[in-house]
Amino acid sequence: MDNKISPATMKRRKVLKSLLAIPAAMALAGGTFGSLAHASEVNTTGLAVTDDTVKVGILHSVTGTMAISETGSVQAEKLAIEQINAMGGVLGRKIEYIQEDGASDWPTFAEKSKKLLVNDKVAAVFGCWTSASRKAALPVFEQYNGMLFYPTFYEGLEQSPNVIYTGQEATQQILKGIDWAKETKGAKKFFLLGSDYIWPRTSNKIARKHIEKLGLKVVGEEYYPLGHTQFNSVINKIKLKKPDVIFTTVVGGSNVAFYKQLKAAGIDLTKEKPLVLTLSVTEDEILGIGGENVEGLYASMKYFQSLPNDNNKKFEAAFKKMWGEKSVIGDVTQAAYLGPWLWKAAVEKAGSFDVDAIKKTLPGIELTTAPEGYVKVHPNHHLWSKSRIGHAKADGTFDVVYESKELIEPNPFPKGYQ
Amino acid sequence: MLQSKFKSLTPRNDVLSFVVLAVLLLVLLPLLFDIFRLNLIGKYLTFAFVAIGLVLSWGLGGILSLGQGIFFGIGGYAMAMFLKLEASTPENTAIQSTPGIPDFMDWNQLTALPWFWEPFHSFGFTLVAIIVLPAIFAYIIGAAMFKRRVGGVYFAIITQAIAAILTILIIGQQGYTGGVNGITDLRTLLGWDIRTDSAKYILYFVNAILLLAVLVAAQYIRKSKLGRLLVAMRDSEDRVRFSGYDVDNYKIFIFCIAGIFSSIGGAMFTLQVGFMSPSLIGIVPSIEMVIFAAVGGNLSIFGAVYGALIVNWAKTILSESYPEVWLFAMGALFIAVVLAFPKGLAGLYETYLQPKVDKLLDKKLKKDKAE
Repeated sequence: MDNKISPATMKRRKVLKSLLAIPAAMALAGGTFGSLAHASEVNTTGLAVTDDTVKVGILHSVTGTMAISETGSVQAEKLAIEQINAMGGVLGRKIEYIQEDGASDWPTFAEKSKKLLVNDKVAAVFGCWTSASRKAALPVFEQYNGMLFYPTFYEGLEQSPNVIYTGQEATQQILKGIDWAKETKGAKKFFLLGSDYIWPRTSNKIARKHIEKLGLKVVGEEYYPLGHTQFNSVINKIKLKKPDVIFTTVVGGSNVAFYKQLKAAGIDLTKEKPLVLTLSVTEDEILGIGGENVEGLYASMKYFQSLPNDNNKKFEAAFKKMWGEKSVIGDVTQAAYLGPWLWKAAVEKAGSFDVDAIKKTLPGIELTTAPEGYVKVHPNHHLWSKSRIGHAKADGTFDVVYESKELIEPNPFPKGYQ
Repeated sequence: MLQSKFKSLTPRNDVLSFVVLAVLLLVLLPLLFDIFRLNLIGKYLTFAFVAIGLVLSWGLGGILSLGQGIFFGIGGYAMAMFLKLEASTPENTAIQSTPGIPDFMDWNQLTALPWFWEPFHSFGFTLVAIIVLPAIFAYIIGAAMFKRRVGGVYFAIITQAIAAILTILIIGQQGYTGGVNGITDLRTLLGWDIRTDSAKYILYFVNAILLLAVLVAAQYIRKSKLGRLLVAMRDSEDRVRFSGYDVDNYKIFIFCIAGIFSSIGGAMFTLQVGFMSPSLIGIVPSIEMVIFAAVGGNLSIFGAVYGALIVNWAKTILSESYPEVWLFAMGALFIAVVLAFPKGLAGLYETYLQPKVDKLLDKKLKKDKAE
């Protein structure tokens, strides 16, 4: 037997291949109905893909201190997966998810990522929430060439080929917020306040540079450890310095103490003297703080549950149907919901589940059905998205008072702000 | 004479336990599991170092430290600092405003490597630091407290406080330490890629052999005069003091030894997991380490290894199968073990299995003699 392949055979193979491609293309064009592409063709790297199923991972903390924040993301991802399956799945394959618990413990995130990629061979992972958990899991994703969809707004300074950042990076969230405070509220003096870790520090660094570029003034900058609950001394300082804006990146449980003590100290948020602008209080946090304590608060993010567009109305209804009437949807929850949809679009564009293939198709993927409106993946793996300012009401929802006209370009390594 | 001394050091049962454990770690586990699971087992075993130290200081000496995470952290961070410097070459970090320093320093506007990072360019220094730093630290804590005759609950509380302080310090000084993220993205050890499967195999065996060596050392201490003195001190400190022994120094010594063991475990953790973070130092992980020793049996150095293995294994398996309720199952497991078998797994073995093993061995001995 001659093992060499003759040119004629080559040609025949090419013809065969292109013949095979036709039904695949037809399947793509006609939606995902009954794709004929065989599992071995859409998956050349041994991922957990069969002729009718594909496995993905969900990796968030469902126990420990972060569970309260991450649960929304898990719910959104499950909802997206269920909706995609109801539409016929991805390349004709139903998505099966394997859920792992990161347990609010960063080494556990690394361990579970590895389990999902190496043992379960999942095609993609939707997960991580804190920067620390992402930093712990990131080397695992890069080493085993996995694909992570990360939902949280974060500090930037990172751009991994193995991660799609569906939340905003710091400049998208901050710059327009400060411009807005200056232009519509005439703010001149800012007081920066944050929890003590990488995200607030980087955010405040960018905020300070931008404030100074605009010719305005930072009158104070303070950090408190995670979980800190005594804000009386800083509230006194704020009273002394009389800023126009308190710009806060305090996270988690500290917020409950902060807003209650602010109220107790006689600073009424609705009077806007000073105005409080936050990057870190979403509808989810307000559940814990209590709407009456944050009435009048301004938040700068890309999504609010009250956004009036049709996509969001549908999303909200589906979310409440699946997870109960009382459930609320915060910024990160919406970003988590985008993950499975972006992945589906990239896989179908590539006609393959291979991570290297979707790495090529992901930049440029658009979603016109996103609850936040239209989003598009930038070549730097972050999303183009709008900046919005919400004004908190006593019932725990936000009125959207400002929306940027254009999509803001993601810029994880902002020149001049580092 | 010499032979009898040797015999007293190595009672038959301990030799048997040692051989069984060695076979398990070096032969059975590597054969049974793929490299992913084996790497996890390697991670669990790094906690066994801490648990063995706790058996010596707590089980034998009655010194309950709720801050062993401190020493685990010292070893882990020393190794992580060395690896991070090696990973932060100017070429790898060209995108930063100051290339050549670890990435988190750059994010925190540091423009030069802090002085206390400099020596960690040297691997030799790092190895020495992993042994010497925890010893110095333990000596200072021990001397400050035992010389003042602070013991028991107060000692436990103070060690716990120190663990909390260290965590807060590391998180607060993120420019120098990596903060709450820890030191991540470690790649090579002297040019050898520690992330590959073959490297993970080698690291597993290095780890297992180091653990066996630590067991031998612990056994030596346990059977020596020092070991017997520790037990005497635990049961009646004043009586030992009045017999003319310097109780404080013995306590300091054993606390230092426990610290060094933990530190070795920490260094091996960093090598096998590829990062180090403050979440392994604080109060919760420190208490968990005590639980490993308690489940294994706080009087048995072998029990400590099994305790660390089984508790961590259960943690992994339960959390994989029941991601939302596994913590309750873990809690139930601890309560059950402590209520039903206060002496831990080792106690269980001694009550039920050991008599049978003894009988078996005796029979064989008699048979041998008869022949």
